[in-house]
Amino acid sequence: MQRRHFLAAATLSLALPPLARAQAAKLRVGLMLPYTGTYAQLGTAIENGLRLALAQGGGRLAGREAEFFKVDDESDPAKATDNANRLVTRDKVDVLVGTVHSGVAMAMVKVARESGVPLIIPNAGANAATGPACAPNVFRTSFSNWQTTHALGKVIAERGQKKAVFITWKYAAGEEAAAAFREGFEKAGGTVVKELYLPFPNVEFQALLTEIASLRPEAVGSFFAGAGAVKFVKDWAAAGLKDRIPLYGSGFLTEGVLPAQGEAAEGIVTTLHYADSLDTPRNKAFRAAYMAAYNKVEPDVYAVQGYDAGLLLQQGLEAAKGDPANRAALLAAMEGAEIDSPRGRWRMSRAHNPIQDIYLRRVEKGDNKVIGVAWKALEDPARGCKL
Amino acid sequence: MDLATFFIQLLNALQYGLLLFLIASGLTLVFGIMGVINLAHGAFTMVGAYLAWSLAELTGSFWAALALGIPLTVLLGAAVEWLFVRRLYARDHLHQVLLTFGLILILEESRSLLFGDDVHAVAVPALLSGSLPLTDTLSYPVYRLALSGACLALALAMAWVIRATRVGMMVRAGASNREMAEALGIPIKWVQLGVFSTGIALAGLAGMMAAPVSSVYPGMGNQVLILCFVVVVIGGIGSVKGAFVAALLIGLVDTFGKVVTLEVAGVKLLPQLAGMSVYLLMAAVLLWRPEGLFGRRP
Repeated sequence: MQRRHFLAAATLSLALPPLARAQAAKLRVGLMLPYTGTYAQLGTAIENGLRLALAQGGGRLAGREAEFFKVDDESDPAKATDNANRLVTRDKVDVLVGTVHSGVAMAMVKVARESGVPLIIPNAGANAATGPACAPNVFRTSFSNWQTTHALGKVIAERGQKKAVFITWKYAAGEEAAAAFREGFEKAGGTVVKELYLPFPNVEFQALLTEIASLRPEAVGSFFAGAGAVKFVKDWAAAGLKDRIPLYGSGFLTEGVLPAQGEAAEGIVTTLHYADSLDTPRNKAFRAAYMAAYNKVEPDVYAVQGYDAGLLLQQGLEAAKGDPANRAALLAAMEGAEIDSPRGRWRMSRAHNPIQDIYLRRVEKGDNKVIGVAWKALEDPARGCKL
Repeated sequence: MDLATFFIQLLNALQYGLLLFLIASGLTLVFGIMGVINLAHGAFTMVGAYLAWSLAELTGSFWAALALGIPLTVLLGAAVEWLFVRRLYARDHLHQVLLTFGLILILEESRSLLFGDDVHAVAVPALLSGSLPLTDTLSYPVYRLALSGACLALALAMAWVIRATRVGMMVRAGASNREMAEALGIPIKWVQLGVFSTGIALAGLAGMMAAPVSSVYPGMGNQVLILCFVVVVIGGIGSVKGAFVAALLIGLVDTFGKVVTLEVAGVKLLPQLAGMSVYLLMAAVLLWRPEGLFGRRP
């Protein structure tokens, strides 16, 4: 070895040890989220929320630095199993976080069950993830599809509207939402006259709006999100139904799309586990911190769910003294965690889904205003879960 | 379903069918007449919708957005033809599929960089923003009716240009035998440039005109693309009339597929299978007439 190279190598090796030690001790976090496609913004919001939670904890997880392994899942169920397996076997992540799309999330659940790696779901609402497919190492920090529309059904019946139509897309989440709505609504004395389905992700609503107009229900419940929600709400108003039949929805109907819906959305009542305008010091502090960290971008419900995933991870790892191999302690702590969330305090159900308040919100001047609590501490029934 | 509801659903079906024709009309030209498989057709529709939104924000007027947007899409179409598509007329369809698939990726990514990933709405122009009351619970937005009128006018204009004008004759000649048309002195390169950019401009125009009713969102082109191909295939490749009839048929099948209840031997067929109805229609038509409703028999 030449002298100069030797010197360089020696200097490097002097500099290396602390660095190498830190690297060995880095906690490997696998993030499998959509960074392209329709759900790209949701993926970014979730990651931002998660990173904010870690930054507020001093940038470390139980004293250890976190290293992120990111995969763009493209919301494509066909690639989901491969993507999740790659994170687990190639990148050897200590914990998995993801994702938005229910189909992709269910593939992640399968990988988590097979490999034993802890999984935190920061959005996907498929009932099965904390139902028949529940597992000791699978946790959710968002909601189950059942929770939002079950509460909605109860609220509408209690408002004295007893004859309702439910409209949604014909796909897993839509059908789960419709079933939960019927259950909640009929238990409170209402009758669902008809459930109307549209093939997913078709947005040609006109025929079904005509059907609703001829059925003349006292209320209409709905489950749509994103671009479909914008079009549905605008078509609803354009068909002249806005002032004749009250429209309700799972909160996603008016989440993140109010500017595009504009005047047409005014007065729509929805149920969700969060609202931007929630008037608590905790929420205000969170929103201020998020906007300071991310260039004044307003946080949404997805950012909150990501943030709570970060809090949950912190609590788990602290209990395990920073060692994810100590799985018993890690899982026990995550199971018993109480999360001081911007949405309000919540804890895990036996199936690892949040027991949380479902808020009643009404669109007023382009804002989802909280007008009450639709259901205090609502727990998903976790049907089929053997935990 | 009572009679009034039936007629309103019929109106919905016609209205949807006409809108489909508008969106598929550009593909009829490019795929049907020129024989170029343009997978990016839907992406150009999206470009049109985003142009309508951004130009309407900029100028404050939907009409100004249309007036500015149409020449822009013509230029875009001409540029794409001149730079890329021109080289592929003589090649087989696979090369065209590769190229136009690449264009989808480029257009989507440029859209993301230029306009972001938000969902946007385009306001209906004030002149057409009213609604006509149909029953005591339902009214019909005037813009949708006006849109149908525009689609109808466009269909007639297209049929007239292609069948009855000198330009249309050149287009048909170039499509059926390129070398012979060239030998007869038809400036075939210019004709192809013209047809392709018109096709793209029609896609863009469809996006712009539909923007107030469809809203503007990432990936919106991919949703309409398959349906456009279904329209062209059912109608028969190369036939504007066929595309028109096919679009109306699809409108009918799609609309009534969603609202009619059909049960055969205890198995619920409709509306459970509404998502498939359009494709079943296509399969049936192709079984009966493999060349499409108005296609030339081989």
